[in-house]
Amino acid sequence: MSAQAPHWFESITTHGPRLWQRFWSRSNERVGYLFILPSLIHMAVFLLIPLVFSLVLSFTNWQGVTFQGLEWVGLDNYDFLMGDRRFWNAMGNSAKYTLMAVPLGMLVSLAIAVVLNQKLKGVYLFRTLFFMPVISSWVAVAVIWVTLLDPTSGIVNYLLDLIGLPPVNFLGDPNTALPALVMIAVWKGAGFQMVIWLAGLQAIPEALYDAAAIDGASWWQSFRNVTLPLLAPTTFFLAVTGVIGSFQVFTSVYVMTKGGPLGSTDVVVHRIYQRAFQNFDMGYASAQSWVLFGIIFAATLLQLWVNRRRGQEILF
Amino acid sequence: MEQDRHEYHVAYVGADTPARRLLRLLGYAVLVLVTIVMVVPFIWMVSTSLKPPGSEFAWPPELFPREIYFGNYTELFTLLPFGQYFVNTAFITVATLVGQLIICSMAAYGFARLHFIGRDTIFIFYLATMMIPFQVTLIPLFLIVNNLGWVNTYVGLIVPGISSVFGIFLLRQSFLSVPEDYRDAARVEGANEFRIYAQIFMPLNGPALATLAVFSFMGTWTDLLWPLLIARDQPMRTLELGLAYYSLRPNAYVQPNWPLLMAGAVIVMTPVLIVYFFAQRYFIAGISLSGVKG
Repeated sequence: MSAQAPHWFESITTHGPRLWQRFWSRSNERVGYLFILPSLIHMAVFLLIPLVFSLVLSFTNWQGVTFQGLEWVGLDNYDFLMGDRRFWNAMGNSAKYTLMAVPLGMLVSLAIAVVLNQKLKGVYLFRTLFFMPVISSWVAVAVIWVTLLDPTSGIVNYLLDLIGLPPVNFLGDPNTALPALVMIAVWKGAGFQMVIWLAGLQAIPEALYDAAAIDGASWWQSFRNVTLPLLAPTTFFLAVTGVIGSFQVFTSVYVMTKGGPLGSTDVVVHRIYQRAFQNFDMGYASAQSWVLFGIIFAATLLQLWVNRRRGQEILF
Repeated sequence: MEQDRHEYHVAYVGADTPARRLLRLLGYAVLVLVTIVMVVPFIWMVSTSLKPPGSEFAWPPELFPREIYFGNYTELFTLLPFGQYFVNTAFITVATLVGQLIICSMAAYGFARLHFIGRDTIFIFYLATMMIPFQVTLIPLFLIVNNLGWVNTYVGLIVPGISSVFGIFLLRQSFLSVPEDYRDAARVEGANEFRIYAQIFMPLNGPALATLAVFSFMGTWTDLLWPLLIARDQPMRTLELGLAYYSLRPNAYVQPNWPLLMAGAVIVMTPVLIVYFFAQRYFIAGISLSGVKG
């Protein structure tokens, strides 16, 4: 506001200092720095410094008690990580979890959104109900599902019993624990994805469906050739956020399985947590978190690239 | 010609043919089925929390309790300081929310309305940081907070959360839609930028601020990972953390007390559900925005 033009400029401007001053204060309203300052400080202290610090830590053998004995070990952590079977087991679990949870969650939520988009009565009520799991706390959800999936007294096994299937110890069997976590995550996240699909569906002009109908397209044909292509940006968004979110799963694992049984649900963030805050192996855990970051980053770039090649307009 | 097309349109799209009625019926069937899957766990939560001890493992499982028993709630409050947890959670949530509303709205005003050198570069940089997973910064963040002596304090639980790029982004979108004339008019009247921000932009953007408030509330209330690291001692714990600790059995031979766990879940969930039912408009709006804008 009170910015002064440089003195040398006054002599060369023919419009006089006042006009220049107004132009100058409009083009560089330095009070703006004051407005963003709190957030900038916050970001520096709680994001940027930790980020750099974390990268530095990943090259040390720091054990996280005092800074004594801190040693620069170069790429040793990353070298060790390459052959760390527990870490790659966790990575594999996260990848499996992602490959199951993302497509399944997107399909289920798209199906619900398409039905809700048919202008049925009471849509508002259904949307409200379907959204309840989304806003629920993970711990509460975990506690509820542990009882629902209980092998001896849970409702799910009761339903299996009704149709003549043997009981399944969902969270206690290494073969079913991870799929069970995926199921719960899909249950919890479907409402969120549904809302985003709905926003995408409602942005498609009605006229396109009319045109397709006049051309004699069946419901499936117009879905396949009108709806899906026009939903591409939404699909992209849900896929990217889905992959990022799935690789970051922690709370459900921590509360429901603690990574067990037999390490079958030991996902990568749980592994990092164990290393850093149970074993206090902070240097090595930092290296693990950077590998996770790299994978999330690569997944994002890959999807960005695929979409560019398909010529989609992306708002990223 | 125009008339013909219109009639054709109505005949084709609007008619209530048997096929359409069947399709609609099918739609409702799907919705009812999904509703059951989505809602039964919550009914189960409430009903189990009201079951008298010993009746929770009935076979077949009872979706509704035979008699209603409130003793689980009183037992939970005597077993664990759930009242204290509740106060902690409420305080942390409200403080974080207020911080976010102030810091994010200020930054949003700067990014949306003030022209200063490097503004757009800084904003793009802000957006880019949204890609960084929390886990990467978690360890050093904990070390910093630890070195500041903030472990086991409210400050340590609140301050790292009082600003968010998502909030800035959300409010900036809204601030951009306020006509520039408002600001010019206020300037002519002699208002400085802080007055314009506080007395024009804040009141005009109530819905966006409400959206951010709801998101912040939900996020803080249901967070587990950060309180798990910071709230080490019993008196600092949040509801979420208290319930998580209570749900973790020391070993496989200890029977879980389902009614107590469910009572805890009900206590954690109730405020969130209340806020959601009253503010869902803002919540849905925020999610749609994040989806549409990436």
